[in-house]
Amino acid sequence: MSGFNVRQPGLMTLITDSGRIGHHRIGLTTGGPLDPMAFAWANRLLGNEPNATALEISIGSLVLEAQVDTWLVLTGGELPLKINGKEMERWQAHRVNVGDRIEAGFSQAGARGYLAVSGGFDIPPTFGSTATVQREKLGGLNGQKLQSGDRLPCASAPDAGGFRLPAPYQPNYRNTAPLRVILGYQQDAFSAVQKQLFFTSSYRISDRADRMGYRLEGPAIPPSINGILSEGICLGAIQVPSDGQPIVLLNDRQTIGGYPKIGSLFSQDLARLAQMLPGTEISFTPFTQDEAHNQLLLNQRYYSMIEPIAVTP
Amino acid sequence: MRIAVAGENSLILYFGDTTDPRISAQVQHAVGETERLLGEALIDLVPSYASLLVIYNPFLIDHLEVRRRLQELANNSAEGEVTEGTLIKLPVWYSTESGPDLEALAQKAGLSVDEVIALHATTEYRVYAIGFAPGFAYLGQVDERIAAPRLATPRQVVPRGSVAIADRQTAIYPSASPGGWNLIGRCPTRMFDPDSDPCMPVQVGDRVSFEPIDKARYLELGGEL
Repeated sequence: MSGFNVRQPGLMTLITDSGRIGHHRIGLTTGGPLDPMAFAWANRLLGNEPNATALEISIGSLVLEAQVDTWLVLTGGELPLKINGKEMERWQAHRVNVGDRIEAGFSQAGARGYLAVSGGFDIPPTFGSTATVQREKLGGLNGQKLQSGDRLPCASAPDAGGFRLPAPYQPNYRNTAPLRVILGYQQDAFSAVQKQLFFTSSYRISDRADRMGYRLEGPAIPPSINGILSEGICLGAIQVPSDGQPIVLLNDRQTIGGYPKIGSLFSQDLARLAQMLPGTEISFTPFTQDEAHNQLLLNQRYYSMIEPIAVTP
Repeated sequence: MRIAVAGENSLILYFGDTTDPRISAQVQHAVGETERLLGEALIDLVPSYASLLVIYNPFLIDHLEVRRRLQELANNSAEGEVTEGTLIKLPVWYSTESGPDLEALAQKAGLSVDEVIALHATTEYRVYAIGFAPGFAYLGQVDERIAAPRLATPRQVVPRGSVAIADRQTAIYPSASPGGWNLIGRCPTRMFDPDSDPCMPVQVGDRVSFEPIDKARYLELGGEL
């Protein structure tokens, strides 16, 4: 079987496609890449289908050994890429051969890297998706993060070629601009003063930050109601338990919950948050559904207008 | 019906704010109608007790158009029929060992531990929603005397099979996960198994009752410690 052997799994490396969509009614969350744009670029730079299965590497220290001749790319956070010990460009397709050692080192900035191979990894989908959601034990290999000795099957593609994305188009993972929040849900359970406090204060990402939620620490904004009838939770929702400390809900969030929510993060900024490490100070600014809608369309237009540069075999 | 903003590409419809089989039936009715009204612009729906979260594709539709189409539901919110679902019996090992919040809950309620167990086990519940985690069925209503608010700070890990109370809702955690509900026992029945068909023993609208068992029986039925 051609593919890659996992020599060292890193802190948390997950097999993922673009997510498990359309199964909220039996309680399945979406999972999928925390930084969808970096994931999309990884596949695009290899000419893959947008939904092809890749790896999300959190923090780093992943080591793979190629058992196949193919092409790969590493996008996302600044995880130094080495092939056979030699530092290589990220955001650029590289040819690898049987026996090559591929390393994604510890991140300098940005917590999540995306490693894609030509044609994607060949993983059978569960409920329509290969996205690993450890809490649900679904997707990937047995619903778990990569382990030493795992095999990642993929087809041989020695002549696939690919592209590189010039530096000016690569995201800046040191961007500290405030995160945009669309007020909604139980926003009336927060007084004008509390909202003011929320939008003018700095919050710290606590150590309890994972793919399900990022717990923040900062000025408490306890809601005027203790709990609500459990209801659907969208991506990026910001729930506030009675201790007043906000929790931003990410891709592996629960689909339903009963804590009051002040609103939801704009997805582009949710991806930025997910690229940050515990201890980072963040702040928020209000945003509307209309502004979000316009920004999403602009982002999509920008993405489709960029022309990456071909890298030939 | 009230429409509120949820996120950049989602709205939430509220049909009431109580646990009531008639409101639950309205939500079920709205599920089918929303699928019809939004067609391919719909990404997913999360029906719950009295609300419906509608997630749409922002590249095909915007929130103004979604609101306009969903208004039809408000003008036409005929009450859905309340159907009697199948009765499913689930075994539960109630104890202070398997339910770390049982004693505190009893104390707050001014009842003995045995009285709390009796009140929980003699009520028949309706499945109001499924969500939070795969196979997590929200059951209502818990007897008022043993209703308890969620913990101020959720636990990082709640073991699989934990039977829990939050306000007047009760549920069984289908897998180990963080959670803020009050834990009163453990159920050995698998609530979600992706390899089985159906993957869950219950569905929305079913009725559920609990049968108290002891630790030995719990282990015999495949319960984990």
